Amino acid sequence: MKIAVTAKGKELSSPVDPRFGRAAHILIVDSETMDFVALDNSGNVNALKGAGIQAATMICEQGAEVLLTGYCGPNAFRTLEAAGIKVGSDTTGTVAEAVDNFKRGAVRFSEAANAEGHW
Amino acid sequence: MIISVASGKGGTGKTTVATNLAVSFGSGCTLLDCDVEEPNAHLFLHPHIDRSETVTTFVPVVDESRCSACRKCADICRFCAITVIGEKVLVFPELCHSCGGCQVVCPENAISDGQRELGVIEWGMGTGVPVIQGRIRVGEAMSPPLIRKVRAAADTEDQIIIDAPPGTSCPVIAAMRGADFILMVTEPTPFGLHDLKLAVGAVQMLGIPCGLVINRADMGDDRVRGYALAERLPILLEIPFDRKIAEAYSCGRMIVEVMPEWKEKFRELLQQIKVEILASSWRRKER
Repeated sequence: MKIAVTAKGKELSSPVDPRFGRAAHILIVDSETMDFVALDNSGNVNALKGAGIQAATMICEQGAEVLLTGYCGPNAFRTLEAAGIKVGSDTTGTVAEAVDNFKRGAVRFSEAANAEGHW
Repeated sequence: MIISVASGKGGTGKTTVATNLAVSFGSGCTLLDCDVEEPNAHLFLHPHIDRSETVTTFVPVVDESRCSACRKCADICRFCAITVIGEKVLVFPELCHSCGGCQVVCPENAISDGQRELGVIEWGMGTGVPVIQGRIRVGEAMSPPLIRKVRAAADTEDQIIIDAPPGTSCPVIAAMRGADFILMVTEPTPFGLHDLKLAVGAVQMLGIPCGLVINRADMGDDRVRGYALAERLPILLEIPFDRKIAEAYSCGRMIVEVMPEWKEKFRELLQQIKVEILASSWRRKER
């Protein structure tokens, strides 16, 4: 299964970036093999609006079924929900730790956005 | 003639100047309160609102039965107000800037006109002055379309005085663009000067003649005056830091009500503005 994790760097050892739409990188990790691709999210970091919507569209196109991140706003959450992507919020530690936690069944999925929309 | 009263910094006295100017002008002058996020000219002019209209703006509505999920709408939208997830189109109406691009590029004609409420326009007569004010809907983030509607509601034959919002961003530009003169209200403080410079920069880009009113003129320092000299900005009026004016303000009364002799000063201000507009059109011709 493909897991999307927001990250401050491009490695599995990189710390999780708590921001979703404006995360520096988003890693798409295969939970079985731990193979991954690091998506450059810099185009969204400085987006005027809709960074979360754009990021959600991007990880959906990459075939992710789960997103592990820190905070997720209402528009991003609505997009992820439409894509059928489950969201694990309040994720900390490194990307590898986050994926491990998911594999151990230790991730609780969110029912709603856990951050306010911002203008 | 359209005079837009702007400031850069908030709280310098835009509304004080705009309302006193409008009342001093006499008949044939309309005041537009374009500070639609917090219109306050009504606190001084006390208009009796006799007409109100809801203003809406275009947002896309997608007919899913016609949509082929081609993504053309999502690709053209700069604001992510429309996106395609798999076969599903998602619209975020509150992000839409109403350009209509999605509708134009849709090859299936699947996008029809929807509406988002921006706020209301209200008409009333207060202290002898026709007032048109915009009030944005609570939760609405985009004020420029409502500001443009307020401006379009005015009779262009009239002398129009616009009470603009503070700052230098899109709402202010919407309240200044197309005006004949920008009356910049400032105060002789470091903050006043800092934001005045930004606002004057915006006015210069718009190419509109501009002059200053210095409010609370006898406090602070002389740096605003120095800046005005260097930039060749005429100082058209100075209003003192006077307890009587502050007391009147706190009761919703204008300067000209408690100090009727000020009516003449505001009329002179109007005359000076006319002269400045003339001079500036001459300067433009000379170039």
